[in-house]
Amino acid sequence: MKTFAAIDVGSYELSMKIMEFSGKNKMREVDHIRHKIELGTDTYATGKLSYEKVDELCRILREYADIMKSYKVDAYKAYGTSAIREMENTSIVLDQIAQRTGITINVLSNSEQRFLDYKSIASKGEEFDRILEKGTVIVDIGGGSIQVSLFEKGTLITTQNLRLGVLRLHERLGRINAKHSQIEELLSEIDDAQLSVLHKLYLKDKEIRNVILVDDYLSVWVKEKRENREQAGYANAEQYGKFMDYLRTKSRGEIALHFGISEENASLMFISAVLLDRILAMTGAGLIWAPGVTLCDGIAYEYAQQQNMEISEHDFEKDILDCALNISKRYMGSRKRAETLESLTMTIFDSTKKLHGLGKREKLYLRLAAILHDCGKYISLVNLGECSYQIIMATEIIGISHIEREIIANVVKFNHEEFDYHEGINSALSLDRQAYLTVAKLTAILRIANGLDRSHKQKFKDVKAAVKDRELILTVDNKTDITLEKGLFEDRAQFFEEVFNVRPVIIQKRNRP
Amino acid sequence: MGEKKKEFRNPEYYSNREMSWVLFNYRVLSEARDKHIPLFERLKFLSITASNLDEFFMVRVASLKDMVNAGYDKKDIAGMTPEEQLAGLDLQIHGLVDLQYSTYNRSLLPQLETHGLHVIKKHELLTEKEGAYLDKYFADNIYPVLTPMAVDSSRPFPLIRNRSLNLGALMKKKEGGRELEFATVQVPSVLPRIVEIPTEKEVRKVILLEEIIERNIDKLFLNYDVVCIHPFRIMRNADLTIDEDEAADLLKEIEKQLKKRQWGEAIRLEVEAGIDKRLLRILKRELDIGQESVYTIDGPLDLTFLMKMYALEGFDDLKAEKYVPQPVPELSAGEDIFASIRNGDILLHHPYQTFTPVVDFIRQAARDKNVLAIKQTLYRVSGNSPIIAALAQAAENGKQVSVLVELKARFDEENNIVWARMLEKAGCHVIYGLVGLKTHSKITLVVRREEDGIRRYVHLGTGNYNDATAKLYTDIGLLTCSEEIGEDATAVFNMLSGYSEPLHWNKLSLAPLWLKDKFLYLINREKEAALSGKAAHIIAKMNSLCDADIIEALYEASAAGVTIELIIRGICCLKVGIPGVSEHITVRSIVGNFLEHSRIFYFANGGSPEIYCASADWMPRNLERRVEILFPVEKEELKEEILHILHSQLRDTVKAHLLKPDGSYEKVDRRGKESFDSQAAFCKEARKFAVKVNETGNARVFIPETHHE
Repeated sequence: MKTFAAIDVGSYELSMKIMEFSGKNKMREVDHIRHKIELGTDTYATGKLSYEKVDELCRILREYADIMKSYKVDAYKAYGTSAIREMENTSIVLDQIAQRTGITINVLSNSEQRFLDYKSIASKGEEFDRILEKGTVIVDIGGGSIQVSLFEKGTLITTQNLRLGVLRLHERLGRINAKHSQIEELLSEIDDAQLSVLHKLYLKDKEIRNVILVDDYLSVWVKEKRENREQAGYANAEQYGKFMDYLRTKSRGEIALHFGISEENASLMFISAVLLDRILAMTGAGLIWAPGVTLCDGIAYEYAQQQNMEISEHDFEKDILDCALNISKRYMGSRKRAETLESLTMTIFDSTKKLHGLGKREKLYLRLAAILHDCGKYISLVNLGECSYQIIMATEIIGISHIEREIIANVVKFNHEEFDYHEGINSALSLDRQAYLTVAKLTAILRIANGLDRSHKQKFKDVKAAVKDRELILTVDNKTDITLEKGLFEDRAQFFEEVFNVRPVIIQKRNRP
Repeated sequence: MGEKKKEFRNPEYYSNREMSWVLFNYRVLSEARDKHIPLFERLKFLSITASNLDEFFMVRVASLKDMVNAGYDKKDIAGMTPEEQLAGLDLQIHGLVDLQYSTYNRSLLPQLETHGLHVIKKHELLTEKEGAYLDKYFADNIYPVLTPMAVDSSRPFPLIRNRSLNLGALMKKKEGGRELEFATVQVPSVLPRIVEIPTEKEVRKVILLEEIIERNIDKLFLNYDVVCIHPFRIMRNADLTIDEDEAADLLKEIEKQLKKRQWGEAIRLEVEAGIDKRLLRILKRELDIGQESVYTIDGPLDLTFLMKMYALEGFDDLKAEKYVPQPVPELSAGEDIFASIRNGDILLHHPYQTFTPVVDFIRQAARDKNVLAIKQTLYRVSGNSPIIAALAQAAENGKQVSVLVELKARFDEENNIVWARMLEKAGCHVIYGLVGLKTHSKITLVVRREEDGIRRYVHLGTGNYNDATAKLYTDIGLLTCSEEIGEDATAVFNMLSGYSEPLHWNKLSLAPLWLKDKFLYLINREKEAALSGKAAHIIAKMNSLCDADIIEALYEASAAGVTIELIIRGICCLKVGIPGVSEHITVRSIVGNFLEHSRIFYFANGGSPEIYCASADWMPRNLERRVEILFPVEKEELKEEILHILHSQLRDTVKAHLLKPDGSYEKVDRRGKESFDSQAAFCKEARKFAVKVNETGNARVFIPETHHE
């Protein structure tokens, strides 16, 4: 049995969950402590946290440390989101907090944060998988933006970040100085403008049945137990319609009283409600599920994964690959060629483990690079490398952090272009040494694979690879003519040799008569 | 709907809570008048009516006077202004006091006499020998602690202490004095009020302390002739804080008026019947008190001394057999209480069953190496409480101990501060109450790390964590390790520590945020059931009912056909038998040897009944200004047990009084019914259940075979 504390230093709340892992597939919430503290307002306005806020933060964190001690937790993880991320002096403040409280806070990028949110839903296990059997969108409503992820037949199609966060909309409405009666119409207009693009690109002929909702305001309603609802946490479109009518006709004060929330939160609830209403209208989804999870659940889930604990494992890697395949498809990449490259790179990667020393995660980068290797040709056949790089950098892939995305984009880029050495100060790469080396190694592998499939005819489909002395022997069990590949291979192999000090050699093994 | 609502809010459908309280004290008084009750028990009941009345004056009458002084004239639930209420109370209370003393003089004193206890009413009736004994007693014990005070032009009228008993005298200077002077001396509260006089015969004799002082008064004022001397007692409005029962707008009003308010204003003056008119005039003038607040007493002032008379050695045949709280069958002594709780929820019914398991629960937790944390709310705790000791020990053993100590509990603040400090010293985390709220909930959480994970053990109760009152108050306690209740309990303590509310509750409902809505929902659900033709039934037991929203909901439910049976010991602002409003509601009040204190709520819920217990009454102060907890009892056997308690009380024909449509209470008409005393029945049952424990639980004692065949 293990206990773990997950701390979320959010924009308006500092919360901690004590989680317990015991036996198989058992992750249990033991305690959930929440303290209201508006860090966001400081950061967003001034770029810094006031001394008072830092003091308060430290005081509560020290209390949290005591609580952790009382539960004798084995480990903890504390993550800061946008309010911490967007500070000008993040590192200084975080160091100060660590000195004063002993708690180290790490910073999450948006995509990492969303991925943890996503993991938090996945931590619900069977319920999550069951919902995903039908077309589903996950709507993750945050303060600054919302994340919409689309699933079809259990497969992640896309995930998009829209700048429609509740606090942002709230602030915008304030600037417009809208009359009460106009608010819904205004919000609908703002929402629809962005949502319609999403609709055109992805939703046109998809059948969406379910919405999974992750938020702080509407979930309160969905979670509310009512007689005619079978299960708390679920609501159908009809009930939602009634709820919208209720919100339209009642004053903020009444709503606040009913749900036991503040009036300001009642306003935020209304903004969220209009947004979800528009999404329901656009998708035609009939069922809403609010699993009631928070970032803390995701943090704990991640910890369990890292500890190799047997918890209900959703295949996140598949989601990431699905997502990449969909990106490739959108930019008219060749599925067949991508498959060949994927299989070639994987073969080479596996047989050269001793040379590169990379792990599972890096293998995933390589796969993604193989899948996305030609997405740039949608824009330009000549400037393929740079265009691919830009597309990858501009596309959100759930579960891939910003740095990881940069690694993948660079591998794809250098597959086509001259490698950009890191040694000079003027290097364009913003990666650290470790990431830089990963890029080099993966590029070397992708380049060979690319070389082996020069003709795009999948001649090397069943290649075998083995390292012998200082050679990488690539054995092709094939009768077809590989003159083209052999002839141009030298060029490709050179970089590999440079990186690994091992020379790739092609050997064609003719079938015995 | 709107119109209907108004209809049920008609003030004519409600009783004034103060008047209803007086009726309650009449019911207690009726126990003192009940010839079926052992004589000394009757003394005790009379004493209780007196201390009840004192508290009522200090809290409620004082509050009404504040309102009148502040010019606050908002009408109460029954449509009465504070002035009207005060006028009504004066009348009612005078009647009550008259009945108290006629009970004492005509009923109890003669009975005591018959049973060999002679109370000497006046020192003038002492024999010479007795007088000599008491004069010596005066010189040895009383004289040294007396502080006589005389009033003249150079000495102002002295401060007469709240609730103290005094002797007032008029005197003349021995030499040439013509003028009457006022003097007073406090009857010392440190000395026993009852003094027994040694006799040679069977009959025992007692006299009251003030009579001994009266007899010796000339020894205090040597240069004076005492013209007359009479006991008097005052009650002051000395409470600086306003009673929590009053509305916030009143509080503001009073704050504004605070400067005008006379601090320590006397609100009641009790004097002996036959007091010298001149003396009374002086007292009234100096205390600035009107005739309506003067109570002329035909007998000794302050009847609370009867509790001491009860405690006189002997007379055992005139006292009820002392009941010993019985062991709980599910918990045999020496067993691991956590293992017992894991076997299933355990219900405790105090005082029929012992409070020891609750103390043991905390004691064992304090010593258990697997216990991580203990959290508890404490409202009124007995002095020298074993619970406090156990909590302190737990902290010393390195457990995380959090205790919320309610300092705003009436009358025992100082007491609470002392041991709260003690807990802090021992390393407990002490929260001194919440701003603006009284924490009245009774909950204990023990967090334990076990092989298969963290498990939480929770005790929830309707009564305070007070091992002394647990022998006198009837209360329900529940020991459980239900995961859902455990989660909620953790959330409760997070809230009490100042963290945000949980995202949702599993089982518990908390006041002031959710509880009232929950009750209204449950009552309304019965109404809906009745309207759709299903059997609908509510049984609710509590101490007081005076929340207008709840009463209105009950009226609506009754009008819809819901059967509502209420067991309300004290105040009840609801009226029964109003056509179309409350025809289906009955109210009974049980006043017995034990103070009925548990709050139990039963809802038929269309065939799947729900039963709840709570720390809260249906009063605005409980539902709106206190932290209270409502918890469900869900295990079938336990539900049966609780239902049995309710049904037994509904059957009671001995201690139950029924509320009549005219607002009066009458004892249950016993004709055609067997005599049934529910409290006595519970005692019997608890003994019967406990036998099992004694037979099986004492396995540590070897039983030798005495013969061999």
